[in-house]
Amino acid sequence: MKLLFEKGRNLAEPVVIRHYTALSRLNFGVDNGFYPLGSCTMKYNPKVCEEAAKLDGFTQIHPLQPLETVQGALQLMYELERMLKEICGFSRFSLQPAAGAHGELTGIMMIQAYFKKKAQKRTKVLVPDSAHGTNPASVSMCGFESIKVKSNSRGNIDLDDLKEKVDEEVAAIMITNPNTLGLFEKDITEVCEIVHKKGGFVYGDGANMNALLGKCKPADLGIDIMHLNLHKTFSTPHGGGGPGSGPVGAIEKLVPFLPRPLVEKRGQSYEFDYSGEDSIGKVRSFYGNFGVMVKAYTYLKAIGPDGLEEIAENAVLNANYLQSKLQKHYHLPFKRRCMHEFVISDRHMPNNVTANDIAKRLMDYGFHPPTVYFPLIVKGAIMIEPTESESKETLDRFADAMVKIKEEAERNAEVVREAPHKMPVKRLDAVKAARELNLRWKQ
Amino acid sequence: MRFIANNDANKKEMLKEIGAKSIKDLFVDIPKQALIENSLALPNSLSEKDLRKQLESLGQKNKTNRQLSLFLGGGCYNHFIPATVPAITGRSEFYTAYTPYQAETSQGILQAIYEWQTMICMLTGLDAANASIYDGATATAEAIIMAKNIKGKNKVLVAKSLNPEYLEVAKTYAKANGLELKEIELAELEREIDEKTACLIVQQPNFFGCIENLKEIEKKVHAKNALLIVAVAEALSLAFLPLLKMADADIVSADVQSFGNSMSFGGPAAGVIACKQQYVRQLPGRLVGKTVDSDGKQGFILTLQAREQHIRREKASSNICTNQALGALAATVYLATVGEKGLKEIAEENHGNALYLAGMLREKGFSLPFGKSFFNEFVVKKPGIKELHKKLLSKGIVFGLLLEDRFPKLKDCALVTATEMNSREEIDKLAAALEEEK
Amino acid sequence: MASPSDKKYSKEHEWCKIEGDIAVVGITDYAQKSLTDVVFIELPKVGQKVERCKPMCSVESVKSVSDVFAPVSGEIVEVNTKIEEKPEMLNKDPYNSWIAKIKLSNKDELNELMDSKQYDAFVEDEEKKD
Repeated sequence: MKLLFEKGRNLAEPVVIRHYTALSRLNFGVDNGFYPLGSCTMKYNPKVCEEAAKLDGFTQIHPLQPLETVQGALQLMYELERMLKEICGFSRFSLQPAAGAHGELTGIMMIQAYFKKKAQKRTKVLVPDSAHGTNPASVSMCGFESIKVKSNSRGNIDLDDLKEKVDEEVAAIMITNPNTLGLFEKDITEVCEIVHKKGGFVYGDGANMNALLGKCKPADLGIDIMHLNLHKTFSTPHGGGGPGSGPVGAIEKLVPFLPRPLVEKRGQSYEFDYSGEDSIGKVRSFYGNFGVMVKAYTYLKAIGPDGLEEIAENAVLNANYLQSKLQKHYHLPFKRRCMHEFVISDRHMPNNVTANDIAKRLMDYGFHPPTVYFPLIVKGAIMIEPTESESKETLDRFADAMVKIKEEAERNAEVVREAPHKMPVKRLDAVKAARELNLRWKQ
Repeated sequence: MRFIANNDANKKEMLKEIGAKSIKDLFVDIPKQALIENSLALPNSLSEKDLRKQLESLGQKNKTNRQLSLFLGGGCYNHFIPATVPAITGRSEFYTAYTPYQAETSQGILQAIYEWQTMICMLTGLDAANASIYDGATATAEAIIMAKNIKGKNKVLVAKSLNPEYLEVAKTYAKANGLELKEIELAELEREIDEKTACLIVQQPNFFGCIENLKEIEKKVHAKNALLIVAVAEALSLAFLPLLKMADADIVSADVQSFGNSMSFGGPAAGVIACKQQYVRQLPGRLVGKTVDSDGKQGFILTLQAREQHIRREKASSNICTNQALGALAATVYLATVGEKGLKEIAEENHGNALYLAGMLREKGFSLPFGKSFFNEFVVKKPGIKELHKKLLSKGIVFGLLLEDRFPKLKDCALVTATEMNSREEIDKLAAALEEEK
Repeated sequence: MASPSDKKYSKEHEWCKIEGDIAVVGITDYAQKSLTDVVFIELPKVGQKVERCKPMCSVESVKSVSDVFAPVSGEIVEVNTKIEEKPEMLNKDPYNSWIAKIKLSNKDELNELMDSKQYDAFVEDEEKKD
C-alpha cells in the first residue's frame, strides 16, 4: 500500500481514481447482492432518491442563508415531518438527530428534562436484555442507571420481571418493537400500561419500524417518544457506516422538550422556530443531516400510503418464508412466526462450526453475512433480515447456500472454519489488530 | 410497487411454505385496536418522472451559491469540490454498504478509513483519529466527555469565542451528563481554571475568524492538569496554520465539511476527533487498524471494539454507532486529489481572497473591530449594516452573517468569509454594489 | 488442566495465593479459556480499596469485556504492569501471571475460598452446564 496524501506531493487524477475504484471493488453493498444484516434493514436504495439529493437546489445552499432564500429546504423539512407524524401518530418530530443512537440520546435527554421540570427524582431506565447496545449506552450518557429486564421463553418482555423492577424511580423503558429477535412484543399494551401507571415513559427504538409501516402507528401502541432511522426504514443508503438520520417524534406532553429549531409554516412561508424554554437545546449543528432527509422525502413520495403497507407486508413475508426454510436445518430458539427478521443459532452445528464460521463462508457464496452473536440472549445467534427488496429466487439461493454450509460442516468442516476463500483477504487476525495497535500509515 | 420484487404467484408459494392463509395472518400479534384501518393520509405515489419534476421545482425554491454571491461561513463553507469526489462516493459499493463489521468483504471502505485516519493525523499532528463523528459540534461535545473520563473531573471551560452551534450542542450534552460547563473570556483563563477543571475548549481560528495564541493558552491549561481541546470548524485552516500538535493540543475536534463535502444546508458532512496516543482507548467511535490475514497478507479491520456500545453497553463512554463514513470518504478522496501541496495552495488562495476582501471593506469605511490576524473570515463593523445586508441580498449578495442577534455586544457587526470561490472579480462586484449603496 | 494446589479459588474463577497478609491475585485457566484471547487489561490502581466478589478491574478480548472480581477484600498494594504490556500472558500462563496484590482486610474471608480439588470439581460442573 502507498499513501496518496504525502508531504509535498500532488498526484495525477488517474492515479487517485484508479486507487479508490480498486478499493470500491473490494467492498460489498446492497447493489452488489443480498445483504441480510439483521436489525440493519439493508433494503434497496432507489436511484431517484440519490438524484434528488444531488440537485443543486439542495446541495449548494448554506445553512445560514437568509430564510427567504431557502424556502424549498424548509418546505421539504416541514412536509417530511408531517409525513413522519402521520406514519407514527406523534404530535411533532425533530429532524435534528444525525443517527439512530443520536435519536435515542435526544429522547432520553428529553425525558430527563421533563422530570427535572416536574421536580421528580427518577434515576433508572429499564432496558430489555435483547436491546441494542446503544440503548443502555444512551441511558448512561444521561446519568441514568440502566436496569435490565428479562425476556421470557416466548422471546418477549417478561411481565413479572418488569413488574418487579418498575417503580416510581423509573423514568422510562426503552422498547424495540418488533424486538431484536424479530418478534412482536405481544404484551406491548400491558408493558406500556405497567410503566405508565408508575409515571414513566415508553421510549421506542425505531430500528425495526420497517415491519410496522402502514400496519400500526407506534403512538397507538402506547409509545410516547421514538426515533426513526431514515437510513434503515426510509431507504437512505448507509454510506459504509453513515450518514444516517434519526428523527425523534413525541406525544404532546414531551413536545416542549424537543430540540430546537422546529419548522413552522406561517401563511405561505416557512420559518425556524427557536422558541420554548423547555427545549433540551441543540443536539447537532444547524438542522441535522439535511441531504439524508431529501432522500427519505423522495422515497416516501415515490411509494405513497399503499406502498408503505406493501413494504411491511413483503418484509414480513420474506422473513417468514426464509425462517420456514431454514428452521428445517438450523436451530430456531423461538418457534413462532416472526416479523421482518428472525434469529437462528449455531447450536447443533456439527464439528463445532460457529456462527462466525457460517458468516465467513456465506461470503464465498456471494452473500453478505447476517448479523452474528446478537442479540446476546441467544448463544451463537445468526440474525437474518431479508427486507422487502428481495425476490423469492434470491431467498431460495440463500437458503440453499445455508443448507450447503451445514453439509460442509458435517463432511468437510475445515472449509467452513477457514472461510472465506474467495475474498480479497482470508480471515483477518482481530487479536493482532487489537494487541499491536496500528491506526495510521507510517512511512 | 417498483422497489419490490415479489409478484402474486411468488407470494402464494411463499405463504404455502409458511403455512399461512394470507399475509394479514402474519400480523396477528399486533393488538387489534392499534391496526390501521384506513389508508394513511400521505401524498399519493408519484411516477419517477413526476417525482423528479416535483423535487426539481422544490429545489428551485432555494437560491444556491450559483445564484447568490455568498460571503458566508461560520461553520459551513462554500468550497470547490473536484469531480473525483462524487465519482468515488457515487460508487454504490461504497454508498450502499453498511458499517464494515465483516472485514473480509469490506476491505475497500476499511482501507479508505485507515487512510483517512492517517490524513487527519498528518493535518493535526496528533497520533490517532477516529473514523468520524456526526459533525464538528458533536465531535466537540464527545471530546468533552472524553476529557471528563480521562481526568475524572467534572468542570469544563469553554471559550466564549466558540462557534455558537458548537456551544449549544456542548451545553446540551454537558447538562445531560451532569457536567459543570462555564463559558469564559480567554483573557480570564488564569482566574477561571483550577484543579477541578477537566478541559478547556477553544476554537482555532475562533468563531470570529481570529487566530488564537494556543501556545500561551496551552501553558495555563496544562499547569492545572487539564486537557486542551481545540475545535476546528474550518478544516482548511489546518493547511494554513501551524500543526495543532505544536500547540500541544491534547484532543482536536474538527468538522471536515470543507474537504469535498457540499454545504447541503448544514449536513451531512463529517466530524472527527484526533488525540494523543495515550488517550486512544478513551477515543469514542470506530477505529480501523491494520493487521494480517491467515496467510500473513495485509488487511484492515475494526479494532478496539470492546470500547464501544455494542460490547460495553451501559459502561461504554459513548453511544455512537452510525457515523458519517461517506463524508469521511469524500474528504479522503478530496485530500488525495488536491494533494498536500495543492491543499496548501487552496488555503493560501482563501487567505489571499480574505485579505483582498478586508482591504476593500476598509476602503469602503468598514472597521475590523477584532484587529487580529485571520484565515478566511473576519468580523466587520459599520453602522446600518443590517439594512445594507438586506439591500445587498436583493442584488444577489449574502454579505456575511449578522452577529447582533446572537451577540448583542457586536452591534452593527457581521462575520464575512472569502473562500477560493469568492474570486477577486466577485469581490470587486461586491465593492461596486457597496458603492451604489453609499 | 488441574489447578495448582498452592492457591485458593473463587467461584468467579480468580485464584489467590496467600503470602502473609498479602493475597496475590490472578485469573484461572478456565477463566482465560472462556475469555478467549485477552487483548487488554485495565489494571486496578494502587491504593484502591476492593471488596470481595465486587469488580476490581476488567479484561478485554476482541469481542467482549469482562470484570475481574476481587476474591478477597482489602487494599491494592501492587499491580503487575508487565501484563499490561503483554496481556497475552494471561492466556499463555494464567497461574504465573498475577494481576494485583491485595493487603487483606479480613482474613476470615479466606475460608470462603475453595482449594484446588474443590475448584476442579466446581469447574467440571460448570462445563457440564455449558
